[in-house]
Amino acid sequence: MGETRRPRLAVWKFASCDGCQLSLLDCEDELLAVAGAVEIAYFPEASSAMAKGPYDLSLVEGSITTAHDAERIHKVRRQSKFLVTIGACATAGGIQALRNFADVQEFVAAVYASPQFISTLATSTPISAHVKVDFELNGCPINKAQLLEVISAFLAGRKPAIGAHSVCVECKLRGNVCVMVQGTPCLGPVTHAGCGAICPAYHRGCYGCFGPMERPNTAALAAEWQRLGATPRDLRRVFRTFNAAAEPFRKESDAHGE
Amino acid sequence: MANRTIRVDYIARVEGESALDLQIRDGRVTSARLKIFEPPRLFEALLRGRGFAEAPDITARICGICPVAYQMSSVHAMEDALGVRVDGQLRALRRLLYCGEWIESHALHVVMLHAPDFLGYQDGIQMAAKHGDAVRNGLALKKAGNELMRLLGGREIHPVNVRVGGFYRVPGRAELAPVVEGLKRARDIAVATARWVAGFPFPDYERDYEFVALRHPNEYAINEGHIVSNRGLDIAAADYDSEFEERHVAHSTALQSVLKRRGSYLVGPLARYNLNFDRLPADAQSLARETGLGPVCRNPFKSIIVRAIELVYACDEALRIIAAYEPPAAPSVKLEPRAGVGHACTEAPRGILYHRYELADDGSIRTARIVPPTSQNQLAIEEDLCEVATRALDLSDDALRDRCEQTIRNYDPCISCSCHFLKLALHRE
Repeated sequence: MGETRRPRLAVWKFASCDGCQLSLLDCEDELLAVAGAVEIAYFPEASSAMAKGPYDLSLVEGSITTAHDAERIHKVRRQSKFLVTIGACATAGGIQALRNFADVQEFVAAVYASPQFISTLATSTPISAHVKVDFELNGCPINKAQLLEVISAFLAGRKPAIGAHSVCVECKLRGNVCVMVQGTPCLGPVTHAGCGAICPAYHRGCYGCFGPMERPNTAALAAEWQRLGATPRDLRRVFRTFNAAAEPFRKESDAHGE
Repeated sequence: MANRTIRVDYIARVEGESALDLQIRDGRVTSARLKIFEPPRLFEALLRGRGFAEAPDITARICGICPVAYQMSSVHAMEDALGVRVDGQLRALRRLLYCGEWIESHALHVVMLHAPDFLGYQDGIQMAAKHGDAVRNGLALKKAGNELMRLLGGREIHPVNVRVGGFYRVPGRAELAPVVEGLKRARDIAVATARWVAGFPFPDYERDYEFVALRHPNEYAINEGHIVSNRGLDIAAADYDSEFEERHVAHSTALQSVLKRRGSYLVGPLARYNLNFDRLPADAQSLARETGLGPVCRNPFKSIIVRAIELVYACDEALRIIAAYEPPAAPSVKLEPRAGVGHACTEAPRGILYHRYELADDGSIRTARIVPPTSQNQLAIEEDLCEVATRALDLSDDALRDRCEQTIRNYDPCISCSCHFLKLALHRE
């Protein structure tokens, strides 16, 4: 129809819960506009169309946990001009990276009656451990407003305006009373912003689902948690959840033995 | 007659990664398999050693489409293990949150994922060109469910406000008021959606399923009830293992959940509706009759109408709970860690979701077991595929493939949920 070609978007899934790609469908007010501005060329959760590449922007959800997926991610990379990871699994390995701290065969045997039939890797690794990633969007799940910003930015050829500060800044912006000063341990001071400080707004401490901020001082925060009564086991657990394999959280969790 | 192989390498418009393989020999369907290649994430293993209080946040991550279901089954199972009951307005708020998830999940499936099958589109976005109002209304309905989850849970996906014992923070009456208008509009849309989907062309297909769902003395069961069936099953969640088991089926990539004595069964909207029609309010019942549904529906393709009826019910129920709401004195009840075993079953949008935990003295998890709805439906899906294809062998390969995919989508399967129990094998022989 004589228009300029619309940019082509693809959405890929690896080991994950589907929640981050659902965030795109959760943009109820913007979805049809997005579909007008870009060609949603490959998004199997939403469409049977599944058009072939190349793609201008690939959104990748999930971590690498199988040999097959470790190969598949290279095919995705080759077909994609830009590759953006969406969420904690793709960015940091996800909750399934708890296997990295254990014996995966023992894990498999705990779940399956016939473990010999299961072929899975010993570790769950982020996409960046396998291919070049152009941008990483944090969150378990991601924030959908940030997702729209990332899509818009890449299609406009600019850097996404996503801050790298801590959840504490968002608490101040939201007008939350600090839960830590009221005696509730909180990971907000070391956690990447993006959620809008929802946990403190609901009177609970942040549990770090957006992963580490830039240059977090986890040791200082851990000392503060201990003053509030946290045991070494509590600290290990709290740094080993949805972003357990992110380096600052992994290191801090290792510092607190059983 | 020629031998045919109908294959779909990646089933679209379902949550997760799966494939279909249908073998036809001499005019007979010789095998119908739903293959799952979703990587296992090993939740039951990684939960061991975690605190009981961590279960709702960790198990929510099994599924981004129905996190509330995981949070609800886990908190009820933990409360069972710890010997506490959560009642009154806290119980009502949990039901309200669950209504939000039903609305969001059903609206997504009915309008964006399933309706395109009946109208011949590849997706909801393409469908919007001709059915713009239906798609926009469906998205508005979905949004109303998400608004409830955001208000009560802090966010739509993986809400942060659910805890064993109740909530971290409960809303005041004034905070709930703003969602009322949206829910009333959502209810109107749901009624219109039920009438719209009732006019779709449905394959003439029925099967004599064993339907399994929760049943409660006076509610359309969501969070609690006995596990019942149309063939006499009637047990508490604690007796789940005595009636159900996961079997290793030859040539299958999956462990399939079966009734020990009778085999396959069906969970989800169709089962809930058939077993609890008398628990629906009168106007939901009359709307169901108006759309051509009787008190029992055995056509799985018509599950789209049943989901629409449940959408109407969930909007009504949410409005009723909000109207009767008084903030409870405390957001949660006190808990003391102790050793014990707890079970719970709740109605996820796709059907019953069973959790069982064994706790140590300090409240840490010794063992965890989770049986998601899609694992329970898998055998019924394969049996449907076999039956549906047998009756439609005169269709072209493309048309038969579409019909088979539609048959799978009748169940709104959630492969991400089911994966943690499934065998990871891409092929056999």
